Amino acid sequence: MANNNIEAIGHFGPFGGRFVPEALIGALDQLDAAHQAAIVDPIFQAELAHLHLTYTGRPSIITEAKRFSEFAGGARILLKREDLNHTGSHKINNVLGQALLTKRMGKKRIIAETGAGQHGVASATAAALFGLECVVYMGEEDTRRQALNVARMKLLGAEVVPVKTGSKTLKDAINEAMRDWVTNVNTTHYLLGTVAGPHPFPTMVRDFQKIIGEEARVQVLELIGRLPDAVLACVGGGSNAIGIFHAFIPDATVDLIGFEAGGAGIETGRHAATITGGSIGVLHGTRSYVLQDENGQTIESHSISAGLDYPGVGPEHAYLHDIGRAQYRAINDDQAMEAFALLTKSEGIIPAIESAHALAGAIQVGKERGPGTVLLVNLSGRGDKDVETAADYFKIEL
Amino acid sequence: MSTQLEEMFVKTRKENRSALIAYLPAGFPSLQGCKDAISTLAEFGVDAVEIGFPYSDPVMDGPTIQQAADISLKAGTGASEVFETLNFAHEVGLPAVVMTYWNPIERFGVERFAKEMARNGGSGVITPDLTIEECNPWNSATLAAGINRIFVVAPSTTDDRLARVTSQCSGFVYAASLMGVTGARTDLSSGGRDLVARVRKTTDLPVAVGLGVSTRAQAREVAGYADGVIVGSAFIKALLDAKDPRSGLDALGALARELVAGVREGR
Repeated sequence: MANNNIEAIGHFGPFGGRFVPEALIGALDQLDAAHQAAIVDPIFQAELAHLHLTYTGRPSIITEAKRFSEFAGGARILLKREDLNHTGSHKINNVLGQALLTKRMGKKRIIAETGAGQHGVASATAAALFGLECVVYMGEEDTRRQALNVARMKLLGAEVVPVKTGSKTLKDAINEAMRDWVTNVNTTHYLLGTVAGPHPFPTMVRDFQKIIGEEARVQVLELIGRLPDAVLACVGGGSNAIGIFHAFIPDATVDLIGFEAGGAGIETGRHAATITGGSIGVLHGTRSYVLQDENGQTIESHSISAGLDYPGVGPEHAYLHDIGRAQYRAINDDQAMEAFALLTKSEGIIPAIESAHALAGAIQVGKERGPGTVLLVNLSGRGDKDVETAADYFKIEL
Repeated sequence: MSTQLEEMFVKTRKENRSALIAYLPAGFPSLQGCKDAISTLAEFGVDAVEIGFPYSDPVMDGPTIQQAADISLKAGTGASEVFETLNFAHEVGLPAVVMTYWNPIERFGVERFAKEMARNGGSGVITPDLTIEECNPWNSATLAAGINRIFVVAPSTTDDRLARVTSQCSGFVYAASLMGVTGARTDLSSGGRDLVARVRKTTDLPVAVGLGVSTRAQAREVAGYADGVIVGSAFIKALLDAKDPRSGLDALGALARELVAGVREGR
């Protein structure tokens, strides 16, 4: 096949790109230009660094989970504590960066999609901080699962729109946000929360999240005098994973392992493990792995974790998988909940159910590799929002 | 060799009028119901049809087309039903194209899709989310199959980019006249006229305007400056609002008659 594409932008090997209505091209170009200008602008970088220092609470610390280690074959488990960030997850890293870009582009309104509500809360927070109007699209099913975060967003002054189409989860929230954007693109910035979507989102969101790995790499070297043997993270859309992976990609001795949501088990078909159980396709403006049927229709994903309940994955992960630089495994609901309970009881840290997938991964990999192995795990969010789901799962009476 | 669609535009240009192009998703309101609707549209003088490939994540579409696509998907519509419906439209003598989001084509196989289009008498494919940056394999496949490749342009498309997009088009250029999703609008902005004028500076291809047209007056207005008037949601609504299939076809026919008259009053 002749290669005479006019220009190949925003690709990761065969993945990524832009599959969007022409009406959005202008806004994507504007955003790309603003992002490109910002990454080489010392004033922008200083402004973002100052926000992270005085508002986010960066750098986030590393906690060694010594008691949890015994469940993980005695491997050393180092937790990167993104759960301690303001608003309770890594999502704030990206949101503050994009909010600054929104200001630079002269837009006054942001829209966002959210699954678990973490990105919605972070977006509503940034909107309050910068005086922007904020509308958050959230699947109706998720507004039920994550009622606490809905209340937080409303308290922060955002409008929360429950999305009643399709599977009523994250994928449909993105559809609705894209419809809003295509209609209001002149005044509105779509503050996408993950490393998916059309170019420049996968690159831009990664650039705002890669601070996680950059900090952690230095911190681990200081702590143990060498690099970790593996870096572990949960993968839904993939922003916390790419955030912690990125600085380690050139380090050939460091394994990068992403844990997708295996739901009720890959074999049941009720899961959200896109790379493990999906195929190559186009969803939400980008080519990557997706869950789809033989007609290219998206298959509904399933996971106990609203934040991982997405039938797509960022194109850079698809690429890292294809070239063998990262590996991806599935962790099912029960494994994740077991890890959730173990970390809570052994370390006094309640993780987000999303992050519990990475912790279950640490148990698995730790058992495979044994003592002496050092695993860096991204604890991407805290579990306050999941208390109801967990109480229900463990049959605790409220 | 010209496609049936290209021949139609030669004819309507000779008649100094705009063409009326109707959009319906395959499998809506049912597989047979869609064919009946196509027969009705042909009978009342619609010039061409766009068969929609219903898709699970239609980000360009408003509530009406979403609802129709949902009904069609629940009935199990897939590629074979789309091609069957396309073939039916061709058999009743209407130039027919398929409108589809990109993923169903990629899933079916890019070359295979283009070949099946041609085999079933289709004139071309409208791809609303395929950007020119990603269109290379599709260009080769459509060229080989001898079908038209119709891209969508928007009011926000810059002049420079318009030229690049229209240079990749054949058959016609689809001008989405409003910023937003599909659906009937009470007021059409002046965006369509300006956009068509800008497109014409870049190409001699016919330009058809879509998004928002639902009445005879609107069809007349758009027909004054465009080579084609595309109506989707209004036809779908006629079928959705009907209490039974027969009255749906009656409402569809009545609307088609009005719009056919409208496009003939445009110049």
